[in-house]
Amino acid sequence: MTKSIMIVGVGGQGTLLASRILGNTVINEGYDVKVSEVHGMSQRGGSVVTYVKFGEKVYSPIIDMGEADIILAFEQLEAYRALPYLKKGGKMIANNQKINPMPVITGVAEYPENIFEKISKEAELIEVDALSLAEEAGNFKAVNVVLIGVMAKSTDIPYEKWVETIKTTVPPKFLDVNLKAFDLGYNT
Amino acid sequence: MKKLLLGNAAVARGAYEAGVRVVSSYPGTPSTEITEEVAKNYPEIYCEWAPNEKVAGEVAIGAAIGGARAMSCMKHVGLNVMADPVFTMSYIGTNAGLVFCVADDPGMHSSQNEQDSRHYAEAAKIMMLEPSDSEECKEFTKKAFELSEEYDTPVFLRLSTRISHSQSMVELKDREEKELLPYEKNIGKYVMMPGNAKKQHVVVEERQRKLSEYANTTELNKVEENGSKIGIITAGISYMYAREALGDKADYLKLGMVYPLPEKLIKDFAAKHDKVYVIEELDPFIENFCKSAGVEVIGKGEFTLLGEYTPTMIKKVVLGEGAPECSAIPEQIPVRPPVMCAGCPHRGTFYVLKKLGLVVSGDIGCYTLGAVAPLASVDTTICMGASVSAAHGMAKARGAEFNKKLVSVIGDSTFMHSGITGLVDIVYNKGANTVIILDNSITGMTGHQDNPTTGYTIRKEETKQVNLITLCKSIGVERVVVADPFDLQNFEAVVKAEVEADEPSVIIAQRPCALLKTVNYTGHCKITDKCKKCKVCMRLGCPAISEDGNGGVRIDTTQCNGCGLCINVCPFGAIEKED
Repeated sequence: MTKSIMIVGVGGQGTLLASRILGNTVINEGYDVKVSEVHGMSQRGGSVVTYVKFGEKVYSPIIDMGEADIILAFEQLEAYRALPYLKKGGKMIANNQKINPMPVITGVAEYPENIFEKISKEAELIEVDALSLAEEAGNFKAVNVVLIGVMAKSTDIPYEKWVETIKTTVPPKFLDVNLKAFDLGYNT
Repeated sequence: MKKLLLGNAAVARGAYEAGVRVVSSYPGTPSTEITEEVAKNYPEIYCEWAPNEKVAGEVAIGAAIGGARAMSCMKHVGLNVMADPVFTMSYIGTNAGLVFCVADDPGMHSSQNEQDSRHYAEAAKIMMLEPSDSEECKEFTKKAFELSEEYDTPVFLRLSTRISHSQSMVELKDREEKELLPYEKNIGKYVMMPGNAKKQHVVVEERQRKLSEYANTTELNKVEENGSKIGIITAGISYMYAREALGDKADYLKLGMVYPLPEKLIKDFAAKHDKVYVIEELDPFIENFCKSAGVEVIGKGEFTLLGEYTPTMIKKVVLGEGAPECSAIPEQIPVRPPVMCAGCPHRGTFYVLKKLGLVVSGDIGCYTLGAVAPLASVDTTICMGASVSAAHGMAKARGAEFNKKLVSVIGDSTFMHSGITGLVDIVYNKGANTVIILDNSITGMTGHQDNPTTGYTIRKEETKQVNLITLCKSIGVERVVVADPFDLQNFEAVVKAEVEADEPSVIIAQRPCALLKTVNYTGHCKITDKCKKCKVCMRLGCPAISEDGNGGVRIDTTQCNGCGLCINVCPFGAIEKED
């Protein structure tokens, strides 16, 4: 059975690194894996979506509406936007950070209210204050690894395997902060 | 050894394993990482960023004629720039293996059009392979070099965004070293003047005939039988979507070679099925071939010409099955388009251009985002380099007064790519345009590639740096001014003076990209109680500045990088820097 995990956020939040940590961890578990990434213009502060799919044999690298087992959302509005992609009975893990998109900044649109309340009516929601945890780990940019930590806890893959991948994926300079961030996420 | 690789990284690996010696490219999403991966991982390969795709392609062509396996990689619109030598190389053929790797962008994730590059294969009579995952990216690259040498032709490798930017498993093999092939003078083959070209055209048509036969038997094209009466003819990423959507409910003819197409194979496959669908993104390339061969297929009548496909879409058309149940969002939610980053040097430029109400002839790069609200400053964006030449045309059409309200904006890398010739045209033909070169010290949009103005090669070796000032002066532009776009007052004065001038002028707006490691903005900005809530700072369109809900303004410290542009724009000195 193929597992489909969607990672959504705002360009610049580090979703790419998160998808690579996830992809490389599941490979080491012996699965076939496909990771679909976003590069180029979409990375410049826009909505970004990456897909990670693993199982015995994976064909399509993309995830359609109603197909994601887990959505890992780095920002509230992006969590909401991705909701239709969640499978019935799927799990949404969402950072409670809010980042205003340009139409909100310029005043032509409003940031929706009570997003988490609306999501939890539709799906199982795990809310995370990833920004605070990342700051606690020593760098607010480690939000991505905090969230990977939270997600790791809800998989069958053992803790050590995740740590192993982080050690090989993250630049050595930031390793300590990231390992701490992962732990904080994992233990929340 | 197996490894998870991006399609682009797998193409690079394929080139390495195939014994390639030279790679020359110009960056362009979604193709950029191929050449970057070569530079990073395979020191055996000489590798460079060329100023544009035509130059890059010609470097690869020269290397191949010189006896080395060579490759050039580009995005779909880059192939337009390179098209000139491509058509003639079809006649010349090659000496050592020569591959042009072109990445299309269905869905336009990072492009200005959705062109289907398969038409180039047909138009130039050059064979084209198309992989479906990273493993095939690597293997097809190697195969492309073999076929290039066997059939004495350049070979296209066609990718699409989902292939280039998806990671999947790849079996790594060793490099097979290829000695340089001897270079022998051969005027009849390498000098394409009419007398020689007439003879070579005969060779091309004979090659076409042979390749069309080869297409029927090559293992690149595969039939997958599941005993179904539904037949699917497909290629590239569409195969993966179809396979996921339909599983063993259909039979497949998966084409790894999309030009020339295998007539007999297609006819035989179609004859065994009651209903045959052609599933291909963008244009009905395979479909039209089938129809012209008299094979009845269902294609664009059911499938869209626009954007990317999905398995759900295919399931619906072929099996009539609905999409899986899912939650709906019960309200309209704001979109989140890409924006210029916090600290982007272009923000200062566009703030001034908007303030002055100028017509802005734009170009391709991060600064295309200068068309997005609230700056909404850019008037036109067409292709690489057009900002300069199109503005010259506009000025010639509308006259000198209009020209005083008109500027071109073009990045440093784009100026090197194809802005210089436009500027030459302005000087030569007595124009008086003002061209602003947005010199942010790097090729930004594609993810920080060096270019001739940065002083470094692709492998970060120091090299001569093109001096934009002397370059523009040598063309004949006498008014060349360097200005910092964050010094808003001075920048505005400079722009005003230059558009007024009755001769060509160049403003070099110099400030490095905020994402460069060498740029160390620190701390962040904060609004103090001197704020009069005038909201001038919000006109910058900085992602860190938004309304606070009480009629005032707040700065999001997680987004702000402390660049200080808002401090410069505030008329009341109400924004300060804090650590």
